[in-house]
Amino acid sequence: MSLIQNLPALQVVLPLFAAPLCLFLRHPRLAWLFALAVGGAVFAIAVSLTMTVGEVGAFSYEMGGWAAPWGIEYVIDPLDTLILCLVSGIGLLVLLYAGPSVEAEIPRGLIPQFYVLYLLCLTGLLGMVATGDVFNLFVFLEISSLSTYALVALGRDPRAQTAAYRYLILGSLGATFYVIGIGLLYMMTGTLNMEDLARLIPEVADTRTVSVAIAFLAVGLSLKLALFPLHKWLPAAYTYAPSVVTAFVAATATKVAVYVMVRIFFTVLGPIDAFQTLPAAVHETQVVSFLAILAMLSGSAVAIFQPNLKRLFAYSSVAQIGYMMLGISMVSVTGMTAGLVHMVNHAMIKGTIFMALGALILRLGWPRLERLDGVGYRMPVTFAAFVIGALSLIGVPGTSGFISKLYLVKAALEDQHWIMAAAVVLSSFLAIIYVWKILEVAYMRSPPADAAPVREAPLIMLAPLWILALANLYFGLDTTYTIGLSESAAEFILNYTPGEGPGFEHPLLTGHGAAESGGTH
Amino acid sequence: MIETILGLYNYWIVIVLMMAGFYTVIARGNLAKKIIGLNIFQTSVFLLYITMGYVRGGTAPIVDPSGEATLYTNPLPSVLILTAIVVGIATTALGLALAVRIRESHGTLEEDEILAIEDRMDGEH
Amino acid sequence: MIPLLFDMPTTIALTLLVPFAGTLAVLLLGRWPNLREAATLATASALTVLVYSLLGPVLEGARPELTLWEVVPGVPLAFSVEPLGMIFAMIASLLWIVTTVYAIGYMRGNDEHAQTRFYACFAVAILSAMGIAFAGNLLTLFLFYELMTISTFPLVTHKGTEEAKRSGRVYLGILMGTSIGLQLVAIIGCWILAGSLDFVPGGLLAGKAEGWPVLILFVLFVFGIGKAAVMPFHRWLPAAMVAPTPVSALLHAVAVVKAGVFTVVKVVVYVFGLDLLNATSGTEWIAVAAGFTILSASLVALQQDNLKRRLAYSTISQLSYVVLAAAILAPLSVMGAALHIMAHAFGKITLFFAAGSIYTAAHKTRVSELHGIGWKMPWTMGAFAIGSLSMIGVPPTAGFVSKWFMLSGAYEAQAWAAIAVIFASTVLNAAYFLPIVYHAFARPQPAGGHGYSGTHGLDAADRAHGAEEGDGHHADHGEAPWPIVLALTFTAGGSVVLFLFPDAFLTLAEQLVGGRP
Repeated sequence: MSLIQNLPALQVVLPLFAAPLCLFLRHPRLAWLFALAVGGAVFAIAVSLTMTVGEVGAFSYEMGGWAAPWGIEYVIDPLDTLILCLVSGIGLLVLLYAGPSVEAEIPRGLIPQFYVLYLLCLTGLLGMVATGDVFNLFVFLEISSLSTYALVALGRDPRAQTAAYRYLILGSLGATFYVIGIGLLYMMTGTLNMEDLARLIPEVADTRTVSVAIAFLAVGLSLKLALFPLHKWLPAAYTYAPSVVTAFVAATATKVAVYVMVRIFFTVLGPIDAFQTLPAAVHETQVVSFLAILAMLSGSAVAIFQPNLKRLFAYSSVAQIGYMMLGISMVSVTGMTAGLVHMVNHAMIKGTIFMALGALILRLGWPRLERLDGVGYRMPVTFAAFVIGALSLIGVPGTSGFISKLYLVKAALEDQHWIMAAAVVLSSFLAIIYVWKILEVAYMRSPPADAAPVREAPLIMLAPLWILALANLYFGLDTTYTIGLSESAAEFILNYTPGEGPGFEHPLLTGHGAAESGGTH
Repeated sequence: MIETILGLYNYWIVIVLMMAGFYTVIARGNLAKKIIGLNIFQTSVFLLYITMGYVRGGTAPIVDPSGEATLYTNPLPSVLILTAIVVGIATTALGLALAVRIRESHGTLEEDEILAIEDRMDGEH
Repeated sequence: MIPLLFDMPTTIALTLLVPFAGTLAVLLLGRWPNLREAATLATASALTVLVYSLLGPVLEGARPELTLWEVVPGVPLAFSVEPLGMIFAMIASLLWIVTTVYAIGYMRGNDEHAQTRFYACFAVAILSAMGIAFAGNLLTLFLFYELMTISTFPLVTHKGTEEAKRSGRVYLGILMGTSIGLQLVAIIGCWILAGSLDFVPGGLLAGKAEGWPVLILFVLFVFGIGKAAVMPFHRWLPAAMVAPTPVSALLHAVAVVKAGVFTVVKVVVYVFGLDLLNATSGTEWIAVAAGFTILSASLVALQQDNLKRRLAYSTISQLSYVVLAAAILAPLSVMGAALHIMAHAFGKITLFFAAGSIYTAAHKTRVSELHGIGWKMPWTMGAFAIGSLSMIGVPPTAGFVSKWFMLSGAYEAQAWAAIAVIFASTVLNAAYFLPIVYHAFARPQPAGGHGYSGTHGLDAADRAHGAEEGDGHHADHGEAPWPIVLALTFTAGGSVVLFLFPDAFLTLAEQLVGGRP
């Protein structure tokens, strides 16, 4: 096998094996450089995977040489490459940024452990995307979640521990719900391979077991992606985690959870329209749309009253997840495009914002609103990047956030979902209010008279921050990649039919073992 | 009817454990008890998987050198559950470690008291 | 006429790049005020030359285009020059030079802080005005429309006081709220109905939509273009008056508000098309809303004692003239609308210049304080008189030309109510402007100061002497610094010149409606 063919495995295995090695590098600086090198390699793999998929189309890799559906299969399709590049790219930028920030926020002795956890979290996120096996997905989900809980607990504030604890309880519940869901599906179909499941599921679509499985999956994944009202873990976790962790998790973890939701409901369960048959809340409106709207409005409204900026933007994240799910819940190509593109754009937006906040924390301490008087003049370069991120969050034209809103409103109007369009607009107003509150403090109050002069954040933090900030502008003006990829992914997902696959007889359905192992009949 | 109830007794046990565990996680205020509840909840899932892999009268799936056709149980769910148990242990360990740290910093494991302490901290900051 | 210096697409690109370069230059030269202001002046002059070099080809019927890349599939970032945009760009760029001269006098005279930010934001605002003028589709237009809102925000809140902050919130809240809440929805609606966002002569939506969707989109556009200040979304304009006067003059009498009404006219002509709107019932309600705005804003203006606020309400009323003229949907009235963009720009900027001049020289902001000031500041108040006449629409000022076309259009369309509104508001205009002029010259000044006699006041040498004397103690002031006087004299003169030689603008307006009706 050539290197190219092994890339899907390397994508996941490299950070997995590299992670424990950080422990041996006792010096924080060394651990950082090592993690940085791994992050760079991972990103390079993601990019070459993207190019390979661009040339030869979607391809799969059999873990350990065991053919699917017996072995674990990794499948890389265009949607995967988009998310892989996003996660590994942001992972790399945040790693670059992490050096000075981690040294300031995390006890020196724990720094090598920090990079272990960070790389493990990255492994989990990449694995969730690359894998083609629903149980393997659970394993990666837990790898990333467990390392995230520990990362959150590294925060300096004692509340970081309780935040991590709550996150752990709710996260584990969500993951366990997910396991129950796929267990029930396995019971009915005898397979855990995604494509195989998609092929076999229509036969058993009308059974109660499958309905129950869908319910468990929906709740479990909603917990993981923090869909209102299952978002309770998110604000505290984002607020008290170290800045680097917040930037990374906010930009990637929930996005990958949204991706998993899309993957499970639209490809694995796509053939039986599982998403469309979720219990309806109001007439034709799906329960997810309904929750998404509530998330958008409540998240933005609560954000207005938060004096702590990290918490403010955590609530804003709750609202933004609502945007993504709203787009997805429309079940139209435009809507799905909007949801997916917002996933990418929001990763850039929140990455920028939380990185900028981390830089403010480094220089000024806890980011309370009342401490930021005149910060726009005290740290102009850092704060200018924040402004770009914040404008993008509002959806000012010329920024990536605008493209998301444009498509979201377009999708809503196309299908004449007036309420959804109105909710997007209304939530944008609320975003203007909470963003402007900050900008006013930063630019229209003079710095306190006794304020010591502060320096800008170090260059090694500014560089990734500005790369992301400029990416916000770039992807607001040229959407060939984002919209183009999202649109083709949306069409692929909505018209998904399991491929023909190898003509094998299923081992568990042909033998008499399967007949009885079903258990319920 | 009776057969449905008695014949599927493992499933009833699964449901009872699941609900008991879930209730404990949600309703108990003590952080350690929540972890115990989470464990019970996860255990019910292990049982669910193992039950579905079990074939009545089957034996462990080890190839018999004598070559007799033997009825095997499905090994895959057991394998999966081994993984899940590992994950469960990791979760428990991490959860308990966090509980210890919370106990150290807050001086209590009761959720309402922790909330009260944190409300005060919010006021100060 | 200025010959074309570059090929036309390059010229379009340069009209955006030159202000951008100007912004950078201002920021880099911030430490040396003289160089910074020289850079602004040079930028403004270069921009004006570029814009006017396009005039010749456009008059001959050329419609140069510049298409950059696709922002979203099917909708590129595109620019095209058509008559209406040409009018707007010509006014904005020319008046930018004048305003820069004025601003130098004003900002230095009042010793304002943060001047570098001021000039930089000003340049960005002009850049967005160019972008709006030459936008080739609705998305491009919207992009620059929002850029303008954001770049003018620091100008509005320049003083940094509590009041400035409050006004800034109103300003931003209304402008962004209407644009995102209504205008963006309308744009997306057009996109869905027509499958494209290009400006098409005769109307993008013509033949692709009819009935209530058209009406809804029209309403969304007119109210969503908050910069046109149709009631009830007018409050941002008086709020914006806390800005330094050069900002009020160029942006809130010319660039920003004209961007609003320009967009309205552009949408009426190139997105809907007159025929489509004429065939849609209910569009007359837009005219009613505009008429209501004209009259009520005039009535409010009557009661304002603060000079700049009075001017602001007058602007609201005058903007609705343009909206009304466009909503009458007759070719002649649309020509009137286009011409009024030009006429009002010159008139109102003169009035604001005069207000700023009075503030700089005498530190007076109230109408009631202006008794007898005419003899102390004859150039200022003379210009003010000309500006007032143009607002009222009396020859020999440009205001008369545009009003003439509006009335002819209304007559042609038999819109008697519109004619009545225009007449009534003319009376009101006279009622709130002429007393200022009258009192300034005919009333004795309040006790304490001593005036110049008429012959003195009109004598340039004495005026200069007065200006020197006025420095330092305002109770005994003369004219404002010479850059201010120069600027307002120029614009007042412009109002008269455009009455005498409106040919270029007339031709452009004719081309807008497809030949002389």
